[in-house]
Amino acid sequence: MTGNLRLGFHAPPSSGEIADLLAEAAHAKIPVEVRGRGSKHEVGRLVQTGSVVSTERLSGISLYEPTELVLSAAAGTPLAEIEGLLAERGQQLAFEPVDLGPVLGSPPGQASIGGVFATNLAGSRRILAGAARDHLLGVHCVNGWGESFKSGGRVMKNVTGYDLCKAVAGSWGTLAVMTEVTMKVLPQPAETRTLLCFGLPDPTAVEAMCLCLGTPFEVSGTLHVQAPLAARLSHPGIAGAGAAVTAIRVESFPSSVRYRIGRLKDRLAAYSLSLELDTDQSRVFWEEIRTLRMFAGSDRPLWRISTAPSRAAKLVAIIARTLDVRAVYDWSGGLIWLDTTLTSDAGAVEIRRAIAEFGGHATLIRAERATRASLDVFQPLDLALASLTAKLKAAFDPAGILNPGRMYPGI
Amino acid sequence: MSLLTLPKPDEAILARRDEIVRQLKKLVPDAPLIADQEGRRTYETDALTAYRCMPLAVVLPSSTEEVSKILRYCHDNKIKVVPRGAGTSLCGGALPLEDAIVLGISRMTRVLGIDETNRCARVEAGITNISITAAAAVHGFFYAPDPSSQLACTLAGNIAMNSGGAHCLKYGVTTNNLLALRVVLMNGDIVDIGGDYLDAPGYDFLGLITGSEGQFGVVTEATVRLLKSPEGARPMLIGFDSSEAAGACVAGIIAAGIIPMAIEFMDRPAIHVCENFAGAGYPLDVEALLIVEVAGSDDEIEILLENLTDIAERYSPRTIRVSRSAEESAAIWKGRKAAFGAMGQISDYYCMDGVIPLSRLPEALHRIGAICKSYRFRVANIFHAGDGNLHPLILYNANDRAELERAELCGAEILKLCVELGGCLTGEHGVGIEKRELMRVQFSAADLAQQMRVKTAFDPDWLLNPAKVFPLEGRERQ
Repeated sequence: MTGNLRLGFHAPPSSGEIADLLAEAAHAKIPVEVRGRGSKHEVGRLVQTGSVVSTERLSGISLYEPTELVLSAAAGTPLAEIEGLLAERGQQLAFEPVDLGPVLGSPPGQASIGGVFATNLAGSRRILAGAARDHLLGVHCVNGWGESFKSGGRVMKNVTGYDLCKAVAGSWGTLAVMTEVTMKVLPQPAETRTLLCFGLPDPTAVEAMCLCLGTPFEVSGTLHVQAPLAARLSHPGIAGAGAAVTAIRVESFPSSVRYRIGRLKDRLAAYSLSLELDTDQSRVFWEEIRTLRMFAGSDRPLWRISTAPSRAAKLVAIIARTLDVRAVYDWSGGLIWLDTTLTSDAGAVEIRRAIAEFGGHATLIRAERATRASLDVFQPLDLALASLTAKLKAAFDPAGILNPGRMYPGI
Repeated sequence: MSLLTLPKPDEAILARRDEIVRQLKKLVPDAPLIADQEGRRTYETDALTAYRCMPLAVVLPSSTEEVSKILRYCHDNKIKVVPRGAGTSLCGGALPLEDAIVLGISRMTRVLGIDETNRCARVEAGITNISITAAAAVHGFFYAPDPSSQLACTLAGNIAMNSGGAHCLKYGVTTNNLLALRVVLMNGDIVDIGGDYLDAPGYDFLGLITGSEGQFGVVTEATVRLLKSPEGARPMLIGFDSSEAAGACVAGIIAAGIIPMAIEFMDRPAIHVCENFAGAGYPLDVEALLIVEVAGSDDEIEILLENLTDIAERYSPRTIRVSRSAEESAAIWKGRKAAFGAMGQISDYYCMDGVIPLSRLPEALHRIGAICKSYRFRVANIFHAGDGNLHPLILYNANDRAELERAELCGAEILKLCVELGGCLTGEHGVGIEKRELMRVQFSAADLAQQMRVKTAFDPDWLLNPAKVFPLEGRERQ
């Protein structure tokens, strides 16, 4: 089999065969690229391997108990299949996974569930519902020795042993290959409404969004889209406004939504509210945000920046002094999606300098391969964290065969 | 000592005790150092009082720098360290060892900042859980995880055990409510993880350290997420003739798309003890009682309680009572929160913490009853039904060593049952020393080996909180 492993694309049909393949790779010290269904394949540093190990043939939902809010699926199961089944029972993945497909040039809905957790990319509802990793209850994995192991389980509360689910979530396939994931699911709200303000300057929008999150009304989306990007959304009232749009989402049962929207309108009276989206319109709007429609069909470098909301507008303003950028503020400004003009370093110097001043971290989500090959795609770590990162990598994958260099050099 | 044994102490370390105490005194002159017999006795156990062990010495630093100096010294001299918050662990997580020093951080209690805009609080980790909410309440916020011991337990201990509480059905447990940690590793290195923003960069060390039972490092500071307090909250009581009906009702509530703040369960013995103690107005003629609490505005609460009443009616409840006043609500929660204390007044008890899939609840309760009966114990059940986290209390006489050993055997069988039904050994208390030897019931050798490799990555000499979490035999091999 070694001859096969050296080059090519491998999609074993069982977790046992993935373990065999990785054991062989470990033995021969042959690095492999770890992939789900490949929808985020073009994110990260370039991985120098001749072989790909994919989980795309590990597919299928093995457990779904709506009354226990739990679902298990093989890691290669399409996210779309899981969301379809959940919707039939009025449930959902509350963390609203971001779909990077469209900004990377592929259709939406192609992601695998394993890839969703491996990249820990939560969407707008993260402010209320938590990140992807907060919903991962259990994993079956294969480590860099080719050994199968599990962590967590299928119950909502579990502190038995270390929480290796957290280690694996967000590790971009560099610690282990997930073969099965068990997740917490939640009811879909019966009704959704979205309040819209137009033309707010960024700092004012952040102020309004923070005001909303500081209420007891369980606001589940606070978003501000700068004018040129708002023009790319489909709702005619938004696209045609020629102004930035700020959106506040409330989800609950109908009378509760009416009450909460009313109270929020009172609070936001000073911010020129002008449009309200009903449940169906809201669904379309937030789906476009989740698939980053504003940034699709472009090759401008795209950054994902995490920072404190109170510093978000200043951070963007500083970057905008030297770069031509367009920004979307999600999570009240805690998450900034920002695209820049095509330059050799995708604006990395200016962006990293601003991050160093304001705190937070930035990841380059979309850029030419040559650009990604020549700079830090993920936020560089300080010495103490880098040392711990290397030790953790060695505890899972001592030979460094799993996605070597995808996140950091030598990891 | 009954069933569980502690590793043989290192004679060379014991022989160096006076020197170690002298060195520590020199190293951190401002930190209280407890070396006398009486003083150390205060620290010989935690809330798993069946086990006791006098530590070498106890040191109580008040800064990250002092913690770092102490750990570096212990690392260089191969001295074991048992970190300690308030000592409320129910699984022996803070049990000392004879050849270990206890590093207590209960003096590190300052609130370093409340940030209303970014909705977080930065605190020293020795602060008690309730004090965080007390500090945040001034601004209308609260810190969500609320373990029963919240008056006494420290945030550091909550982080070590990934503690939950009655309201984690809606708000999550400790790991879901942390933004940043300052951690001192065993070699004295100080590591900052995360910040006042969501999702720390790189590997999720925040999530990995949370629940690591003090074996990866000593957390000295943390930034926690704050939530705005709901406008109001109100519980209702639903009593049933059988635990089967109560379990089915819980499933019915969740199937209807309602996630209450809390769904608590008590069986008949627990109801009677709590009612005697707190006068909460619990119905005494039922076999199972649910406390279901919802939050929102008065109107929202009314509607939710009406919906819950409709759902409950389908499961033939014996009584339904909605709280009509703040006093009534307080009394209902007083009974539940005082449950363990109240139970302690009538008998010694051994508190289990297994978790089961909710659909197996009736079977689990039936078999737990049978197991306890076979060991000739009475059992009372009080637990978080929304997430299947059981707390069977095995009533026994702690002064009878034979009974203690029998209670442990009985408890072990209950936990094995939880695993058999698809659940786990512990939902919120941790493994500690108590469930160490049961880990093989839930995990394969490969599962445990992977966990132990992670431990070794943080603490290659296994000096931090040793003899816990993993079966001793496996640990020695490691």
